[in-house]
Amino acid sequence: MLYREAGDFSTTYREDNQTFPIRFDRYRYYAVMLIAFLVIPFFVNDYWVNAIFLPFLIYSIAALGLNILTGYCGQVSLGTGGFMAVGAYAVYKLMTAFPDISVLIHIVLAGGVTALVGILFGLPSLRIKGFYLAVATLAAQFFLVWVFNRIPWFYNYSASGQINAPERTFLGFTVTGAETKAWVAYLVCLVFVTISAIVARNMTRGALGRSWMAIRDMDIAAEIIGVNPLKAKLSAFAISSFFVGISGALYFSVYLGAVEVGEVFGINKSFLVLFMIIIGGLGSVFGSFIGAAFLVLLPVLLKNVLVGYFGWQTDVAAHLEFMIIGGLIVWFLIVEPHGLAQLWRLGKEKLRTWPFPY
Amino acid sequence: MFKNTILAALSSIMFAGPALAELVVPWFAYRTGAYAPSGIPLVDGINDYFTMVNERDGGIGGVPVRVLECETGYNTEKSVECYESTKAEGSLVYQPMSTGVTYQLIPKATADGIALHTLGYGRTSAANGRVFSNVFNYPANYWTAASVAVNHLLAENGGSISGKKVTLVYHNSAYGKEPIRVLELLADKHGFEFNAIPVDHPGQEQKSQWLQIRRDKPDYVLMWGWGVMNSVAINEAANIRFPMENFIGVWWSGSENDVLPAGMRADGYKALALNAPGTDYGIYDELKANVWDKGLTAGAGDQIGSVLYNRALYMGFLTHMAIKKAQEVTGVADISQADMIKGMEALEITDAMMAENGLAGFAPSFKVTCEDHGGSGLGAVQQWDASAKTWNLITDFIEPDMGMIAPLIKEDSEAFAKENNIAMRC
Repeated sequence: MLYREAGDFSTTYREDNQTFPIRFDRYRYYAVMLIAFLVIPFFVNDYWVNAIFLPFLIYSIAALGLNILTGYCGQVSLGTGGFMAVGAYAVYKLMTAFPDISVLIHIVLAGGVTALVGILFGLPSLRIKGFYLAVATLAAQFFLVWVFNRIPWFYNYSASGQINAPERTFLGFTVTGAETKAWVAYLVCLVFVTISAIVARNMTRGALGRSWMAIRDMDIAAEIIGVNPLKAKLSAFAISSFFVGISGALYFSVYLGAVEVGEVFGINKSFLVLFMIIIGGLGSVFGSFIGAAFLVLLPVLLKNVLVGYFGWQTDVAAHLEFMIIGGLIVWFLIVEPHGLAQLWRLGKEKLRTWPFPY
Repeated sequence: MFKNTILAALSSIMFAGPALAELVVPWFAYRTGAYAPSGIPLVDGINDYFTMVNERDGGIGGVPVRVLECETGYNTEKSVECYESTKAEGSLVYQPMSTGVTYQLIPKATADGIALHTLGYGRTSAANGRVFSNVFNYPANYWTAASVAVNHLLAENGGSISGKKVTLVYHNSAYGKEPIRVLELLADKHGFEFNAIPVDHPGQEQKSQWLQIRRDKPDYVLMWGWGVMNSVAINEAANIRFPMENFIGVWWSGSENDVLPAGMRADGYKALALNAPGTDYGIYDELKANVWDKGLTAGAGDQIGSVLYNRALYMGFLTHMAIKKAQEVTGVADISQADMIKGMEALEITDAMMAENGLAGFAPSFKVTCEDHGGSGLGAVQQWDASAKTWNLITDFIEPDMGMIAPLIKEDSEAFAKENNIAMRC
């Protein structure tokens, strides 16, 4: 009823190729954007932003980045935590070295630095594949964390070995540091997420994205039809790392403000982001968002329900949380191995034929 | 989005306004994860202490205390969530129980005007109250701990440890790195050879570190460990037959949960102490009468009398006294977050106060002032007796080398003030 393409005519190729070809879908997208940009900023408080929106938005960018590499190009990476650390430390070094330049520019530059590091660690992908590549990127994870812990230059020789985001402003609004208003931090991340998602979406359906998918589906065949594997793989590593780097930079500067590399960007982070895209849906922009939401928001929700509402012991709730989320992951993967995004896709298909399915 | 709406509905139920006056003491607990062996006795202790206060006196100044437990698993992100979710409930003082999280919270709590108390951990230079208006780390910190440990070694060696080798095994985080600077300076001063070996989070794997120690053959090993890292290190030290009496942990590496797994082989292991171990204190009778016998024990009740349980009682006592002081200073029973800072700043712990609360001889007395948030800095050394399964104090409370530490604190905190444009107070 609601979700119909009847009466929705495309008269140009442009209209036919748009991201949301169905009118209802398009309006829903506009509505979400409108609410996210014009309604939520007026209602958020510190708790909503720091505990819910910022982690969700920032992990979405990281998942988006990893999805380009793993979901679209088929190169399994376990180095996400390390690349996020590169983003965080790059933005820290830039913020402290050039305090007069806007921090938002630094965040983008940090993404660029991470892209270069990503290319470097992507080189082995030209020779090795699959599990072996996963192990090679695992080496990147451990090496990068070790480097940031080991070389004092990266943390400006501070005694604690931690990096702390100094206060920086943009157009007179504080963006980093403790004085940041909740809505400013939210909007900054939202802008980065929106741009990243639009860029990722358009990149993955263009020539570059097609060459990634060709490599993913069968690299030898792709090579024979003229896809350059060097270009495709390294560009996937670069662009993926760029997004991951931006998420790491935001994670450090806007969200946490102080970071300890071993604890925050450890191997667990790599697994977390990998699980996000597996649960959300490999090779899907929407899947990155829904996967991030699942793994970031659900634990908070469960905690609030179990401890806040039922008044249970915090440790019982924490253990139960592991069990529930673990169980849900297994259940979703059995019911729909292609992730939550596929469930969403199926739901939409069902809606199109409802109430007369065939 | 729909998840968020459910959350909104739930949190509106959660934060449905305080009905009664109460004093909220938030607690970052970790009953789960690799740090649970250290986290559980602490959170049980603090709960039992304030249950006792509520049952016996009906709260502090007639206002009941509520310990607001928030499970963090020693994880930074969860701690941020805990901080944000508890601060709206009028939390008086945060005790994050993690040095990394302390660094995270110092700017946040300063902006929000909420007190932060890091007892024997956290940022050492926060002892300078002229820079850190709302951060307190009395009665001691890591730099005094390092100095106390070295002073103990000096006393054992007749005043000279020149030429000896001292190795620090540390948790590779802000926590473990904190004492390195002071130990390096002390090494120069006393002429001992110092090197530091990091152990990465969470510390379950330490084979290579102890292999290195076996090769280097240091005379003494110091340890800055936490959680499961402690028991693993003590086991590994026993495996390489390192003499336990030459192995000294900081006060966070010396609880029953750390030495029991190594059994008899841990006999003689030493650790620093902020407060006395054991249960020979009047407070234990009060706890028995008001908490355990009434069936109000927190957790499984199996941590009673352990070193970290005692530490938590001490934390509870200091928080209790600070709230009382705040009520005294402001004349209000239901104190605000800003009042709490005033109370902590005016706090003076005397031997008489400790005796009155059943803690005679439990810890040294000290005084907090506007300039000095660091307390006395005294620490004692305790030793593990594996056959009796008890910790015994083997020294009096030892003075740290404040002549060396005070200028360092001043320098570090002033650098922080300059970096963040903080005007000096007092």
